[in-house]
Amino acid sequence: MEPTVEVQGLVKRYGSLAAVDGIDLKLRAGEVFAFLGPNGAGKTTTVEVLEGIRPRSAGKVRVLGHDPWTERAKLQRRVGVIPQDFSFFDKITPTEAIQFYARLFDKRPDPGALLRQVELEEKADDQFEKLSGGQKQKLGLALALVNDPEVLFLDEPTTGLDPQARRTVWTVIRSLRKGGRTIFLTTHYLEEAQSLADRVAIIDHGKIIAHGTPGEIIERFGRPQRLVIEGPTSLAKSLEGWWRRPVALVNGRTEVEVQAKEEILEVLQWVSASGLPWSGVGTTRDTLEDVFVRLVGRMDEGGSRASESGTDAKGGGRT
Amino acid sequence: MRPSRVAAYLLVFARTYLRSRVGLFFSLIFPIILILLFGSIFSNTGSSSSPVYVQNLDGTSVASQMFLTSLNATGAVSVHMVSSSVGNLSTWLVSKGYTAGIVLPAGFQTAFAAHRPVKVIVYTDPAQPSTAGIVQGAVGYAVTSMNYAQSGQAPVVGTVELNVGSTTYQYIDYLVPGLIGFSILTSPMFSMTNIAAQYKKQKLFRQLSLTPLTRGEWLAASVLWYLVLVFASTVVMLAVGRGLFGATATPTLLTIPFLIFGPMLFVSLGLLLGTFSKTPESAAVVGNLVTFPMMFLSGTFFPVSLFPDYLQAVAHVLPLYYVIDGLNNTMVFQNTTGALTDLLVVVALAVLLFLAAIRAFRWQEE
Repeated sequence: MEPTVEVQGLVKRYGSLAAVDGIDLKLRAGEVFAFLGPNGAGKTTTVEVLEGIRPRSAGKVRVLGHDPWTERAKLQRRVGVIPQDFSFFDKITPTEAIQFYARLFDKRPDPGALLRQVELEEKADDQFEKLSGGQKQKLGLALALVNDPEVLFLDEPTTGLDPQARRTVWTVIRSLRKGGRTIFLTTHYLEEAQSLADRVAIIDHGKIIAHGTPGEIIERFGRPQRLVIEGPTSLAKSLEGWWRRPVALVNGRTEVEVQAKEEILEVLQWVSASGLPWSGVGTTRDTLEDVFVRLVGRMDEGGSRASESGTDAKGGGRT
Repeated sequence: MRPSRVAAYLLVFARTYLRSRVGLFFSLIFPIILILLFGSIFSNTGSSSSPVYVQNLDGTSVASQMFLTSLNATGAVSVHMVSSSVGNLSTWLVSKGYTAGIVLPAGFQTAFAAHRPVKVIVYTDPAQPSTAGIVQGAVGYAVTSMNYAQSGQAPVVGTVELNVGSTTYQYIDYLVPGLIGFSILTSPMFSMTNIAAQYKKQKLFRQLSLTPLTRGEWLAASVLWYLVLVFASTVVMLAVGRGLFGATATPTLLTIPFLIFGPMLFVSLGLLLGTFSKTPESAAVVGNLVTFPMMFLSGTFFPVSLFPDYLQAVAHVLPLYYVIDGLNNTMVFQNTTGALTDLLVVVALAVLLFLAAIRAFRWQEE
């Protein structure tokens, strides 16, 4: 089956700066693909090239078999887009906006049904300027669906939304995926990528540094499983001297790298025999966020910020 | 260009405009305030009867008395006799501010009796078309009845129709076309410069670029909306000007293309200015810099003919001058040739600027 989106060696330069520096991507039909990266990494530039609103400097780009820049008109009818910072005419209501799009695309959707699908029906007749950030974003989703697109490009659809609004948008995205659409999502929220995406690509400084399912990326770039023991600093020091693998002290907890479950028992027996005080015990694995921080070395404001080492007994930072 | 898409955007634009009210105030209410203000300051409302001033150079001859009796019999005009000692009647009419006069030439009786052709001279003011029509109709009746009295003979009495000197126009006659020109200029210029910059900032152009709407359709819809506003404003200006201040401006068929190509010209110009401005604030400044001098120097509030020569020269390079001059030519002077020349300039500029605007403004970024 032909990929819905195919990118080979895409380069976008602004003067001497390469915002996107030779990336390859392939999206399969019906998957949610998350394009993950810190601000300024090249996410939006890439997605705007795919949407056909920005020309590229080099490389091959095909969306549903078409070149988005030279064959925009053909693609517009099969592709839905929510640009970053979606905005609309202040005095127009969601119902009117959908009717407007319907006339432009020559479609006959039911505005009520579309607004129900994005959970905005109670604001159907409020002017755009009166809507909250989340409601505006939902209208963006509804408009992107007017032409019943095969591919949806969502550029940071939840940036700046409160957690509740974000979850509503996620619910909508999941329901769209069930409808068989291919979804290309950019985000700097790790949690969003991990919770929604079938596959993820991490971009930094215009280059893709990791790609695959979240599990594959963690497997490949993450550290091994770790045993977490709550106890005094002296416990960590003693363990460090004895154990053959890395030991670290993180937030007052001792983290001991283990490879097999037998090793867990081995460590615990040693701790018990040592007579040193210890209380809670657990295990932890790297999350996508831990991997991201290790690979990219930084996080964005507004995004989930990792704790110092990126490990946490509860697993995965939450905003 | 798909009409359905133009109509779709027109509806969105109209709703935006009507719901914001500020734009509506400036395009419809503000010109009314101006006409009330300027009209009250400068107009002296005269009587609306149709007096006609007759200079009889043929003494008390039978033929001239016959003519005057017939003229009186029409009941359409009130005849006032003017002494031959006042000299040239046209000059005298101008000096008095009168708009209609008749000269019965010396030898009228002799010619009439000898069946030689003779002309009655009729002066009317094209700026007062209703008065002019009444006077010409009445004279025509008098002439016909005299010719009829000599039944069996070829008609001998004819008329020469002349215009009373043009200075008899009232201020309000200039003000109505001037303020229609004001509407044609200001509402598109102020809002299009703003829209071009604001839509860019709010990324609304980007949003529209994701739909099948083309830039040409978008611009056409904008022009259409200002056409609607300008037509509405024209109706209101005419009603107020004629109803309250006795203005004589009368729209003709040739007025209509000015109301179409005028808004097209300034919508395009406004968009061009806005396109080259980096921020909405600088767009507003540029818009004002272009709009205000053009407004004052193109004959909006005062006829350009009152300006000193160097300012008249400036006026002749301003697009609005040709719109207002054209409106004056069609609505006030009934000067078709002059109006067509103005129209040619306006249409050429409108088409050029429209095409330039479509070319210059982008809704994608590089």
